[in-house]
Amino acid sequence: MPANQQVAIVGVGASKFNTVTSGLSYKEMMFDAAVKAYADAGLDPRTDIGSFICCAEDFWDGNSITDEYMPDQLGAKLRPLFTVSGDGLLGIAHAYMHILAGVADIVAVESHSKLSDVVSKKEIINLGYDPVFGRLPHVDPRYLAGLEMRRYLEESGNTHEECAEVVVKNRGNALRNERAVYGAKVSTKDVLESEEIASPLTKLEESQPADGSVVVVLASRRRARKISDRPIWISGISWFSDTPNAEEMDFGQARYALHSSIKAYKMARVTNPSKQIDFAEVDDTYSYKELQHIEALGLAKHAGKFVSSGKGDPDGVLPVNVSGGSLGMGYFIEATPLIKVYEAVLQLRGMSGKNQLPNPKRCVVQSWRGIPTQSGVTAILSR
Amino acid sequence: MSERVKFFPGREVSAEAFQSGSVLLTEYSTDLKYSWASGVAISKFLNELKNGKIVGRKCNRCDRILVPPRMFCEECFRLTDSWIYTKDTGTVNTYSIAYVGTDASRLKEPLYIAVINIDGASPGMGFLHLLNEIKSEKEIKVGMKVRAVWKEQSERTGSILDIKYFKPL
Repeated sequence: MPANQQVAIVGVGASKFNTVTSGLSYKEMMFDAAVKAYADAGLDPRTDIGSFICCAEDFWDGNSITDEYMPDQLGAKLRPLFTVSGDGLLGIAHAYMHILAGVADIVAVESHSKLSDVVSKKEIINLGYDPVFGRLPHVDPRYLAGLEMRRYLEESGNTHEECAEVVVKNRGNALRNERAVYGAKVSTKDVLESEEIASPLTKLEESQPADGSVVVVLASRRRARKISDRPIWISGISWFSDTPNAEEMDFGQARYALHSSIKAYKMARVTNPSKQIDFAEVDDTYSYKELQHIEALGLAKHAGKFVSSGKGDPDGVLPVNVSGGSLGMGYFIEATPLIKVYEAVLQLRGMSGKNQLPNPKRCVVQSWRGIPTQSGVTAILSR
Repeated sequence: MSERVKFFPGREVSAEAFQSGSVLLTEYSTDLKYSWASGVAISKFLNELKNGKIVGRKCNRCDRILVPPRMFCEECFRLTDSWIYTKDTGTVNTYSIAYVGTDASRLKEPLYIAVINIDGASPGMGFLHLLNEIKSEKEIKVGMKVRAVWKEQSERTGSILDIKYFKPL
């Protein structure tokens, strides 16, 4: 079954990921990622790239016009650039459309997190809530994750212990990934007994902030074959928005992931994901989100049993977040899924290092935009 | 209403309606804090301001001297090569006299704001700053030569305001 081969990733680059990057400005950090991506693709951004896309949210960057501050460090001065106020995978979707529409043959997508610069993290999350109903005074806004987790476990039949297994797996996977900064050997008991944030969610079930920038270079089929001897195709990509209102959310299933994956699989001619997908990099901002997303993406019917029986382990039938995911690599706000794309590309090229899987050919990468959203993107990557 | 629309169904809302609370508003205010890492280039620049010096970076490919400094050249897309100290004099690229405060009041003392091209930096390089010791507004001209007036060393904090202002040379 030939993959959809219209747009390919021909270069990837990342800055060094860390919990704090106080030595570099965000511009210097982005330059680091961009230089590596363009070297990987063998391209000069000043002449070869037709469109630049940054994925950044103004509140996180602290500028109300983030796009204006992006060009210099990406080689995009006096070149077409715009910012998508969304996650990195949405930028990949825009790049895909630019290429198919003939806007540009080669597009660079960047996303970054400099969360160590942001003091008011919780207030920025709070500003995402509905001003009339959602912004409860004097409470950490993560209460919504607790609400969702309880209802999800109730409906799905998955258990809190199985959520803790996700943390054990992902932080353990991160120990074998030299790029991950939150690798650790933890037990389900450690996870369940860590302090509660908003019950049932505990501290160890939440991914922790990290800094980093990723640049991905994409090209049309014609150019990709000339540029790269190992293009990674975007065989399918789609995005969906549900509701930000807690009263209307379907906590039992991630509808944004379900619907975006149906469309992405169709584009990629994937009819049986649990058989045809070799590995998955899914959103795991919180432990239970990985289970919810595994089910929505059709990778397993009962994600709790799937994970606790080892089927999602690196040597399991369908490894999930072999990179360590956000629980093991860190939470990078809008850059989170672009880091998953970066890790997936290394896997598909066979360049992942100690956590390399044997000969993977196709994977799914999926994003969620964090509380209080029910929005996300699903992409199928193949070689 | 307009020429075309003579009547529009509904009820006009008056200022009193808001003041009396019969029309409800949802109010919210926020206070966001950031602590941006200045990075390699700007940290050096700010530290040198403390020493009463202006420093830039040179790109050996395009031979430009970038002020304020950057660790990468945005034209050539490569790392810059060396630190270069410039003079603390410059030329007014453009200026404006700002008469209005942030609360829309008229400023008693208008601010002379200028873009200053720093001597020793490449054309188009320099920074936004204030002019002062101006005898008459007519004295300010595009192309006017100016010199930095520094704070006393003990008062400098590693800020662009370690230069108090620029004055006519």
